[in-house]
Amino acid sequence: MTAADLAPLWLTLRLAALVTLLLLVLGTPLAWWLARTCSRIAPAVEAVTALPLVLPPTVLGFYLLVALNPDAPLGRFWFDLTGTTLTFSFAGLVIASLFYSLPFTVQPLQAAFTTLGRAPMEAAASLGARPLDAFLTVAVPLSLRGYLTAAVLTFAHTLGEFGVVLMVGGNIPSETRVISIAIYEKVETLDYASAHAMSALLLGLSFAILLVLYMVNGRRPEAPL
Amino acid sequence: MTGLDLDIRLQKPGFDLDIRRSLPLTGLTAIFGPSGAGKSTLLRIIAGFERASGCISFAGEVWQDGRRFVPPHRRRVATVFQQPRLFDHLDVAGNLAYAARRAGQSGTMADMIERFALGPLLRRRTATLSGGEAQRVALARALLTAPRLILMDEPVAAVDLGRRDEILPLVEALRDEARIPVLYVSHSLTEVARLSTQVLTLAAGKATALGPSDEILATITATPALSGEEAGSLLPARVHGPAGDGLTELHFPGGTILTPDRPGPPGTEVRLFVRARDVMIALAPPEGLSALNILPATVSSMQPAGPAAVNVVLSCGGVAISARITARSARVLALAPGSTCYAILKSVALARD
Repeated sequence: MTAADLAPLWLTLRLAALVTLLLLVLGTPLAWWLARTCSRIAPAVEAVTALPLVLPPTVLGFYLLVALNPDAPLGRFWFDLTGTTLTFSFAGLVIASLFYSLPFTVQPLQAAFTTLGRAPMEAAASLGARPLDAFLTVAVPLSLRGYLTAAVLTFAHTLGEFGVVLMVGGNIPSETRVISIAIYEKVETLDYASAHAMSALLLGLSFAILLVLYMVNGRRPEAPL
Repeated sequence: MTGLDLDIRLQKPGFDLDIRRSLPLTGLTAIFGPSGAGKSTLLRIIAGFERASGCISFAGEVWQDGRRFVPPHRRRVATVFQQPRLFDHLDVAGNLAYAARRAGQSGTMADMIERFALGPLLRRRTATLSGGEAQRVALARALLTAPRLILMDEPVAAVDLGRRDEILPLVEALRDEARIPVLYVSHSLTEVARLSTQVLTLAAGKATALGPSDEILATITATPALSGEEAGSLLPARVHGPAGDGLTELHFPGGTILTPDRPGPPGTEVRLFVRARDVMIALAPPEGLSALNILPATVSSMQPAGPAAVNVVLSCGGVAISARITARSARVLALAPGSTCYAILKSVALARD
């Protein structure tokens, strides 16, 4: 493999790491709310959160393409702010991936927070801890395995993203050409040797990540997912 | 203004809580009643974990009134739950420090560790503690918050029977030395008799009585909602001394009582608890009976208690002892107020030392 072949891999790893980090932060309040709320709109929010699991990536990618377009409010806002478009850019890929991988963060966290129950937070409050303090010092440490599951699944799922990237990002070297797109292109141009090498790399990487997750998490009955 | 003033209502499946009382902030107030009476719910409302409609104020400080609501972490109330609720991700020392740091009480940790004999446990994971050990840690952790009020929700219910004697003396010490008012939820009459300064009785979400322990416990048998199988009487007594065979002799106005318990040195004042169903009645002094405690008595009053039972209140030297016997026995013995008889106490529990 040449250095040019490795560029899509680095881009993919950067994208997955950034998306995982952002989703853990953004997904936490959503998962916490879903685990605690009795609100009547909660099932609707849950359904929307789970949509990326069932939608064809092309459908999700199509709507994102429309929303990120400089003519749409979100795309316009970004264009005014930075002078660049969200479509066919790395930033656009990050935003698209946030939606695409959302359920892989929120569902394990929600399961962990539900398992946690109210007892530890009440105990923390009775010891004088403010809600945010109690959350960070009690709920998060007690949900660490949920966080690990969420991080690994989100990372691994973002690694393998294809359809949404194709719709929103296209195939721009070092900007939006992630490894799955690169493989597709190699196959299109009948460069099977490179396609083999990249595919095997992605296969091995994904297997290693999941193996670590299940070795840490999988043999214990109380682990979410 | 100096008590915990409650004027609260809350609808729950099974009962409507409706309580308007002012609880004194001295000693230990037992909240007593059958399961489902709303005892734990009341405690959760006072802690701020649940919100009822109405007002709550603590020594004149409003905790809840209309839209005003002081959240739990700002009430400076410590709660000791039935399950110890220790933090599993911290060791014992970490659990204690968690409370002490937030209350600015880190300086008192050493004292508390010594007082609750926690030294050997400090580096243990909380999951490895026994029920009694865990509850000791929970008590110490609660005290380290320098609370103004301690709430205890059946703190020994999940502890082995034999281990309760590790916990109850600590609660007594808390009541007597720390001078922090305690609200103690329990459905065990012996616990209440042993620990309480005053008693609030609850039934179906309503407060049925509030007053000094002796007074409330003496009338508890007459309260229909409370005349469960644990109905009984309290006898004030004084330790006289050892009586051989490992027994201790106690004196009370109605005579002498022998107990296998070790209530303390001669002169110690104790409360004995006698369950109504552990009292038998005989017209003549019985012979050839295994029971040790047989006392001359007169019948003060009789009330039906259920379809086939009668509650007979006996007077032994002026001390009331309730006996639960069948209506048929009462008829066969021709018992009536004023009858003289003998009370046979099948078992006597030490209620307080």
